[in-house]
Amino acid sequence: MRYLPKSDEERRAMLAEIGAASIDDLFASIPAEYRLDRDLNVPRQQAESEIIQYFRAAGDKNSTGYASFLGAGAYRHYRPVIIDSLVQRGEFLTSYTPYQAEITQGTLQAIFEFQTMIAELTGMDVANASMYDGSTGAAEAVMMAARVTGRHKAVVAATVHPEYREVLATYTRHQGLPAAIVGYNARTGRIDLEALAAAVSEETAAVLVQSPNFFGVVEDIPAIADVAHKKGALLIVTIAEAVSLGIVRPPVEADIVAMEAQSFGVALSYGGPFCGVIATKEQFVRQMPGRLVGQTVDGAGNRGFVLTLATREQHIRREKATSNICTNQALVALMATIFMSVYGKQGMKELAEHNLAKADYAAKTLGSAPGAKLRFSGAPRFHEFVLETDEEPAAWSQRLLENKIVGGVELSRWYPELKNCTLWCATEVITREQIDTAARVLTAAPVEA
Amino acid sequence: MTNMMKVRPHPTQNEALLFEKSSPGKRAYKLPPLDVPVVDPAELLQGQCRVQQAELPELSEIELIRHFTRLSTWNYAIDLGMYPLGSCTMKYNPRVNEFVARVEGLAEAHPYRPDTHAQGVLEVIDLLQHCLVEITGMDAITLQPAAGAHGEFTGILLVRAWHESQGNPRKKILIPDSAHGTNPATAALSGYTVENIKSNSEGGIDLDVLASRVDEDTAALMLTNPSTLGVFEGEIHKIADILHAKGALLYMDGANMNALVGKVRPGDFGVDVMHLNLHKTFSTPHGGGGPGSGPVACKAFLEPFLPAPVLVRKAGNREQGTGNRKDGTAGLRDLGTGGELHWDYDRPQSIGRVRAFYGNTGVMIRALAYILANGPDGLRQTTEDAVLNANYIRRKLEDLYELPYKTASMHEVVFSDKRQAARGVKTGDIAKRLIDYGFHPYTVSFPLIVHGALMIEPTESESREELDLFIDAMRAIAQEVEEKPELVKTAPHSTRISRLDEVQAARKPILRWRKTGNGE
Repeated sequence: MRYLPKSDEERRAMLAEIGAASIDDLFASIPAEYRLDRDLNVPRQQAESEIIQYFRAAGDKNSTGYASFLGAGAYRHYRPVIIDSLVQRGEFLTSYTPYQAEITQGTLQAIFEFQTMIAELTGMDVANASMYDGSTGAAEAVMMAARVTGRHKAVVAATVHPEYREVLATYTRHQGLPAAIVGYNARTGRIDLEALAAAVSEETAAVLVQSPNFFGVVEDIPAIADVAHKKGALLIVTIAEAVSLGIVRPPVEADIVAMEAQSFGVALSYGGPFCGVIATKEQFVRQMPGRLVGQTVDGAGNRGFVLTLATREQHIRREKATSNICTNQALVALMATIFMSVYGKQGMKELAEHNLAKADYAAKTLGSAPGAKLRFSGAPRFHEFVLETDEEPAAWSQRLLENKIVGGVELSRWYPELKNCTLWCATEVITREQIDTAARVLTAAPVEA
Repeated sequence: MTNMMKVRPHPTQNEALLFEKSSPGKRAYKLPPLDVPVVDPAELLQGQCRVQQAELPELSEIELIRHFTRLSTWNYAIDLGMYPLGSCTMKYNPRVNEFVARVEGLAEAHPYRPDTHAQGVLEVIDLLQHCLVEITGMDAITLQPAAGAHGEFTGILLVRAWHESQGNPRKKILIPDSAHGTNPATAALSGYTVENIKSNSEGGIDLDVLASRVDEDTAALMLTNPSTLGVFEGEIHKIADILHAKGALLYMDGANMNALVGKVRPGDFGVDVMHLNLHKTFSTPHGGGGPGSGPVACKAFLEPFLPAPVLVRKAGNREQGTGNRKDGTAGLRDLGTGGELHWDYDRPQSIGRVRAFYGNTGVMIRALAYILANGPDGLRQTTEDAVLNANYIRRKLEDLYELPYKTASMHEVVFSDKRQAARGVKTGDIAKRLIDYGFHPYTVSFPLIVHGALMIEPTESESREELDLFIDAMRAIAQEVEEKPELVKTAPHSTRISRLDEVQAARKPILRWRKTGNGE
């Protein structure tokens, strides 16, 4: 086996030094009746070339070379080449959680830079590094708000990603932390502020909204914050599309921001690994879950970085910890750190503007096609929009697929009232030609003979 | 320091924070010309437009390459040498794993593309499910959890859902005092109270104590096997029997599965539900803390409760949960020949989702590549070598370091600092001194049942030469403890920075850089 650095002779010699007659001696503590006396029923040992061949074939079997208008919590952006060059350095890739600070300063400083950039982008004071993804980050943020406020009810916008809401339900079900869902304005796609005001009470720990929300609509965060804060509840804003922060006003009125950083240079990879982050105001940091890196000095006064505030964490506090999280998404956070550094102060804005422009063109082009119209058209959007068609999505999406285009995702699976509505996304990687083609194919309903 | 065979000092370069190196106008990106009309953000966003740009750094590409490369040289890594962190299984991370995870058709697959256009990645997930079900001896599996602790949470929710379906969710989870901190934290997150079980004199479960504690309120026992002492619970079947007799379930923390693969299967010795850590046992990189993947395998009676969606294969008229497949080594030939795979969301008894989408697919791809590179013979040899290495270290160090439990070791060995502590030197000091010898420390002060624990897990990835260097280093340090304890107590002496002031870091946390002169 090519990963094992021993000859049979060396194995024999080592067994002799241990004083074991055979390797089986070392497994003698396993009761004989349970020992496996056969080969595992898994594929035979493969050569490296065969492994590559297998996965390439699998990749080819996934349809490649399609123009995709899919978004909905997983976004296709250009990934600068240096991201993979750098994260594949073994010193980053094959290092453990940086508990031994003297020999992991590289990872620690990079995390400190990540925390800083996320705080800058979100308008929060501090950010952790990291949570599993946006959905678990949002769920953990709600539980964090319950600890901060000592209250045990949540109010959640229906326009939060439906899968985030499902995860939240799983997490909070046994915490005695019920969530009331607040609907959206049928014209704007924004949260129904009146319904929100009615739902929030002195028992509400947190209001959770997403912005841009699941329909791509930017919420009025100051107005929502007013409603929440008037009753002493915290406002949690979840952000599924991190690139929006380049151009959309940061949710500075929020108490906690729970975001998904996948857009920052992380491959779609069929939904993971992604990178969740929780950012918050300084006064709440001790109730925050997840790892934090802090700056300090060594005996000689040199600046250095360490994992800090560990008394929040499971390996110290056990059942009283703020979360059970241990392994997180550190290498993915490093990808995001490099991405944010590549684009920088100006580039993040320019990139966001390109997204805004592409989506605006796509929304206008597709929305003005015969038999199609834009929903929630009056509200501010980032790079996603909802299209309503006369024809059933199943019919035209098949036509698009035949033209190597993946159209928007059907919303009725989560919102039955949004019949024939689909959610489209246009990032900077979509071309005008692809948008024009999609609009043409979309409206080219076959003529009944 | 004649015995420092592994290292010689060499300078590492200083590197400031990105923000300190930034200057306005530099850039590392270039966007293509916009092929659609330019828009006015202020108009489109109707007052929701960002006014002040975030203070992100402005640097050129070469500066970024040097920045992160220089930072990387400050890290220790498996690629540089032995990383004997007990419980963490720091084994070699094969490079073909990285290569195949980046195959375009897999890396660029959007999670909401139609199942019909995702058959390739679904085949990969299906084959991995099959392999893991076979390796664990369980009946069904979910790959949705993103890490070990996330898997624990999922597994305990399965336990809870099953008890609820029997009419009573029950109240408590039993956890040995040797368990990882994630276990009690998970039980609390799942709405259970935690009851600790004291280990017996051999570091294992005391059957009498267990029998006296298991009652109709007990939902499950969370057991790590081999234990965090690296000891296999020899009476595991009795443990299962005691639990099952009272209707409680046996949860296994699979953190130490590297001691078992191909030799024994948890499903065969009474485990009802367990999680795996693909980033430990199945070689996917730790990446400085993650990402991981924590699949949960269970017996058939728990299958209806698995997180939705579940992967199923259309075979003729019938649908089949793919986790249940026991159809042999046909795995690789399956590609393109089986029925169509798709996600089944109609799971009325499901515990619900634990994560958006389907899990850390990129990690799953790497784990499958590892399994394929090994095959059944390689997986078994891997386990044997891991156990061989741990026992070799034990044999070579047990005369100088106290072995608190004499029970046979599997893949890791746990010493105590008892003898060294008598000289004022603690496990943490010995760990820091190891750094000077060119090694990453072992796991310090865990498990908690051992006073001043030194928890050493070499994994199968170490050659005899590397093991001997480690043993020489540990022996030399033991001698230093006798002759010049101060040298050990003030280690490390060879690193860029010496021990950091952690108290100051926690008392007045500085968790981000701030631009000077802005009043902060």
